[in-house]
Amino acid sequence: MTVHGGTSDQPVVHGAHAEHEHPPYQRHHFESMEQQVDATSFAMWLFLLTEIMFFGGLFTAYLIFRNWYYPAFVAGSHQLSILWGTLNTGVLITSSFTMAMGVWCAEVRRKGGLVLCLVLTFVLGIVFLGIKTIEYSEKIEKHHVPGFHYSLKSFTDPQSDPEVYKDYRDKALAPDMARHTEVYFSLYFAMTGMHALHMIIGIAILGFMIYKAQAGAYTTGHITFVENFGLYWHSVDIIWIFLFPLLYLISRHS
Amino acid sequence: MSSSTIVSLPDQSTARVPKVNFLTKENGLLSWLLTGDHKRIATLYLISITFFFAIGGVLAGLIRLELLTPQSDLMATDTYNKVFTMHGVIMIFLFLVPSVPATLGNFLIPIMIGAKDLALPKINLLSWYLYVVGGILVLYTMVSGGVDTGWTFTTPLSTHYLNTNVLSTGLAIFVAGFSSIFTGLNFLVTIHKMRAPGMTWFRLPLFVWANYAASILMVLGTPVLAIAIVLVALERTIGIGVFDPAKGGDPLLFQHLFWFYSHPAVYIMILPGMGVISEVISTFSRKRVFGYTAVAFSSVAIAVFGFFVWEHHMFIMGVSNYSTLVFSLLTMLVAVPSAIKIFNWSFTLYKGSITFETPMLYAFGFMGLFTIGGLTGVFLASTGTDIHLTETYFIVAHFHFVMVGGMLMAFLAGIHFWWPKWTGRMYPEKISQLAALVTFIGFNFTFFPQFIVGTLGMPRRYAAYPAEFQVLNVFSTAGATILGVGYLLPILYLTWSLKYGEIAGSNPWQATGLEWQIQSPPLTENFTEIPIVDHDAYDYEWLERKEKEVPSVG
Repeated sequence: MTVHGGTSDQPVVHGAHAEHEHPPYQRHHFESMEQQVDATSFAMWLFLLTEIMFFGGLFTAYLIFRNWYYPAFVAGSHQLSILWGTLNTGVLITSSFTMAMGVWCAEVRRKGGLVLCLVLTFVLGIVFLGIKTIEYSEKIEKHHVPGFHYSLKSFTDPQSDPEVYKDYRDKALAPDMARHTEVYFSLYFAMTGMHALHMIIGIAILGFMIYKAQAGAYTTGHITFVENFGLYWHSVDIIWIFLFPLLYLISRHS
Repeated sequence: MSSSTIVSLPDQSTARVPKVNFLTKENGLLSWLLTGDHKRIATLYLISITFFFAIGGVLAGLIRLELLTPQSDLMATDTYNKVFTMHGVIMIFLFLVPSVPATLGNFLIPIMIGAKDLALPKINLLSWYLYVVGGILVLYTMVSGGVDTGWTFTTPLSTHYLNTNVLSTGLAIFVAGFSSIFTGLNFLVTIHKMRAPGMTWFRLPLFVWANYAASILMVLGTPVLAIAIVLVALERTIGIGVFDPAKGGDPLLFQHLFWFYSHPAVYIMILPGMGVISEVISTFSRKRVFGYTAVAFSSVAIAVFGFFVWEHHMFIMGVSNYSTLVFSLLTMLVAVPSAIKIFNWSFTLYKGSITFETPMLYAFGFMGLFTIGGLTGVFLASTGTDIHLTETYFIVAHFHFVMVGGMLMAFLAGIHFWWPKWTGRMYPEKISQLAALVTFIGFNFTFFPQFIVGTLGMPRRYAAYPAEFQVLNVFSTAGATILGVGYLLPILYLTWSLKYGEIAGSNPWQATGLEWQIQSPPLTENFTEIPIVDHDAYDYEWLERKEKEVPSVG
């Protein structure tokens, strides 16, 4: 007989709880702290897998349309500001570094360092969104937001946009192909928009974590939450690392 | 009775439902709404799913009533469009997808693997709330005018040509999708990390394997549906052009993304049901499931193949002939693991000591109807016949044989089978056997004629049809009435049994799963002490030895 049936007729002894003390952050349904950490980080990795599938749909669409409408994608890409894009990539990579340092600080139980790193990550996240806003507003001014107000002028008549024209000397696109630039910008807004949404969610969680960290929540060595959030933040960064060349760097070598 | 049944109940004059159990542990609405207990969340799910099933069922009744006559007379054609769309949305996203995993899976998986709870109880509760929010959004859609895209949201119909509530329905599915993702994620983590000592992968009950496979599909497939819905929503609101052919977008791309989830979703629906059938067949033939390993791996194989067949929904939509060839072949390959299951269940029955309790009757119904549903699927996988049969009632009959004849039968089998464990009381056997029979007869009357009208060419999704199809449609509607009675009966007598059912004791079926070795209803923490497992699943000799050692506790 090895299965001990849970029956209320038998005296219920919470043996496990009486015999050896559990840390207060161990949830009752786990047998050990190791199991709890294992389970939660496995869950986080699975969640990141769902994120990959989520963006995977967008990357699939990108792949297809880029093959179909390559000239339109080149012309559309040249309308993006490489300066802002590169800067933002740098900002995001730096924020990944500060986040990684934050996890390390939590591991070695340095409360001050952790709070500092989280605040830096938070600020860099805001900076990223700020730059994104500048870029978006440029698109709105140029009527490059897909929809009712979309304008083909920059593509059918590139000289009308001297700033871009002086760098790349893009030829005017035929009206048919020019129309497909709207597909490029549809994907641009869908992909960067979904990425920005993930950043906003991340920044909100960071704010919550800063509040908790200041209250001394992660000084016990139990830092699963910080670690798992770090994974999330890095994965959002990695998605950007793919978005940047795919959207900004199409045929920039000319 | 004694020779024809394996039911062994405690002495009814002295037995009582244990006073302390997960249902009675705490009282008050809040103790339910804020619970982390997987069994309570399963109960919440059971109630809400039954509610939405009833709504979906009423809509089905309206559809059949309209189709009683060839003219569109009960409702206007656009109302009919809304009714079948809402029927589809509710039945698929609010009933079939969560039905077995969120109720029985939630209740049983931790117990079956010897754990105290799912790995992430809060996420589990969140998943129920997301389900409820999704459900409320669907109800809102219904009362605010409905949606008439069909449950497939085909572009550009859904993006450009309709002024109905596509957005609220899309949001509902998006939210309910996250509920499904979290359930699947929770199961995967739990099965990987929470198994009791000695509970190796190949000692897991097949129900756990089946839910494991379905969870893989939920976690990997649902996000793709989510992004497809986001793109439709962006196209409807700000007017991006990914699916808009006027701008160079591709409406077919939507279908690729949609079916990349929605075909595997079919296996999300059916796999957990197959898990139920494995448990039931083994218990009521007193034999270990024949070819345990093959059945376990066939679940995983269905999940893997399931991801590579989606294009068979698009054979008539101008996709390349070469890819059609490949997808046709891959689709037929899914028949192999499905057949492995059916054959192995049949061999389990062979020379078993079979008894015909209600769950077993439903399981037999499942095996027969699922086989018909599966084989007609091969007709549709063959491109030649598919071109003739697609978008006809043949399709409707085919997927209702799999979903209603298969999945719903499995759901009812499971509910009856584990009812004593869940509530501590037995359902009334005679009337429930009758209900199983009524369901089976009603089902065949409803859907078999649809195979015939389908081959004759009656298209689906129309309120009116040529008069020569009326006889078969009358059959179908009459059958739906019988089917309705078949579903109403369990709701009535199961509710009745909550108070008046016989006391079940811990193991009324003399089954081997860990869930049958603890009291019914279980304690909140399931086990007073985490079990150490030293035997395979379905080891009836182990059970006999154990019963000799310790007289069963009433």
